[in-house]
Amino acid sequence: MAEPPFVRRLLIGIALAFMALFLVIPLVSVFAEALKQGFGFYFQTLRDPLTLSAIKLTLLAAGISVPLNCVFGVAAAWAIAKFDFRGKNILLTLIDLPFSISPVISGLIYVLIFGAQGWFGPWLIDHNIRIIFAVPGIVLATIFVTFPFVARELIPLMQAQGRNEEEAARVLGASGWQTFWRVTIPNIKWGLLYGVILCNARAMGEFGAVSVVSGHIQGLTNTIPLHVQILYESNNSTGAFAVASLLTFLALVTLVLKTWVEHKNTALRGTAFTPVPVGNKTA
Amino acid sequence: MPTRKTGTKKIRVLPGFRLTLGFTLFYLSLIVLIPLMAVFIKTSTLSWAQFSQTVFSPQALAAYRLSFGASFFAALINAVFGLIVAWVLVRYSFFGKKFVDALVDLPFALPTAVAGITLATLYAQNGWIGHLLAPLGIKVAYTQLGIFVALTFIGLPFIVRTVQPVLEDFDPELEDAAASLGASRWQIFWRVIFPTLTPALLTGFALAFARALGEYGSVVFISSNIPMKTQIVPLLIMSELDGFQYAKATALAVVMLVVSFLLLLAVNVLQWWSNRYNTNNLA
Repeated sequence: MAEPPFVRRLLIGIALAFMALFLVIPLVSVFAEALKQGFGFYFQTLRDPLTLSAIKLTLLAAGISVPLNCVFGVAAAWAIAKFDFRGKNILLTLIDLPFSISPVISGLIYVLIFGAQGWFGPWLIDHNIRIIFAVPGIVLATIFVTFPFVARELIPLMQAQGRNEEEAARVLGASGWQTFWRVTIPNIKWGLLYGVILCNARAMGEFGAVSVVSGHIQGLTNTIPLHVQILYESNNSTGAFAVASLLTFLALVTLVLKTWVEHKNTALRGTAFTPVPVGNKTA
Repeated sequence: MPTRKTGTKKIRVLPGFRLTLGFTLFYLSLIVLIPLMAVFIKTSTLSWAQFSQTVFSPQALAAYRLSFGASFFAALINAVFGLIVAWVLVRYSFFGKKFVDALVDLPFALPTAVAGITLATLYAQNGWIGHLLAPLGIKVAYTQLGIFVALTFIGLPFIVRTVQPVLEDFDPELEDAAASLGASRWQIFWRVIFPTLTPALLTGFALAFARALGEYGSVVFISSNIPMKTQIVPLLIMSELDGFQYAKATALAVVMLVVSFLLLLAVNVLQWWSNRYNTNNLA
């Protein structure tokens, strides 16, 4: 039935060696590089006003994009899971689109619309509104790249739950909102939390799309990942890794939270970050 | 198509269909569809000669070759090692298995900029891994090999996460049956288990390949970004943007988008195939 012990040990060895080379060594090296010049330098970099302003902007961008995509995710999942309509599969594919687009293109599309030479460029300049190379552009790009996260967790979950419980609540006299808050939300809370965790990780870590629309103005339009780039390219490698260690810590917290939620709700295991098309998932 | 009019369909008990679908379509159009259309509209302002000059320039052709080649080999390496990792995680028990399982998602959780500076530092001539390879005459950082390493890193979870659930659902009785009919362990793997994994393996491969094609953040640091040599397509688009060549950048983006859509289509077909495969097996 099972493989001979030496085959088993060999396969485990190969798997662990591969994981160590590509994941463990890079992970350890982030912290080793960050502390190369001691704790003093490490905390000095983190307390730097430019670092702090980057942290603030990242929190702002995530603070806007995550709630918006949450509302969208719940609305889309409600429409798709609770009702039948034509074109549902096309809608599912369109919701997934931002996942299959290069981050560079995700930033480019907003430059084409709001940039100086874009559709609304002249109007925006006349009215003294800046979107590209300013904070609104960064927020827009972040919303775009994190667009599907909550929706794609909730849609299969709500499809699997069906509509019997909500229909029962309605028949027993609950209003639409009562049904939603007292029946649906308790049923989907773990899926929602799961989507929020993944959405937030991407929102705080996005680099390519934000890089296109940011303009890299230190202290103004720099997010944490962009600040890492600026420090790294100005030959302050230790400083770059110090700031990067914050993002690495965030990634580790994300993985721990994700594992914990999966433990709470086993239905969520599997294709967490991996964008396998939702509509076609095996039931 | 209001359901109330047709006598055969039942009356909707749940409210909010118009509200949620309306909001879903509005938000989807505003954030994703209209901005994406801008790419195609902007490109349509170019003449065919201008368009083909940009997308078939020697620099662009070299970038496609490198992007496709590096992405293909990175996905291939991940297919081999990802299968082994998934196999080991599902079939064997060993110390630290849960930790390894959670760590598989690190490349998704870790911001690409952090992955980029980490890999560039590790594989530089004086880096932890680079200094071991330097005596052998192998240069990784700032070469095409470095791009391959970065793309392997970011594609790692896809194959593990697509193969893992299929392997978990695999019915051990099929193996017992094959064994009782006299098949060797190796024959059982190739003739019984592997064919059921093929659709998932191909899906994972296509997803990893698609992700690698669009990748920017982790590559920008480890690539020297020299035209014709170490410039992948997203880097080429970025350098056109930096030179304010929006039309050229957009034309290249259209090529990338068409390729992404074709890959998305391929993944959907693969998913459909794998579902049919699994249903046939159950029947």
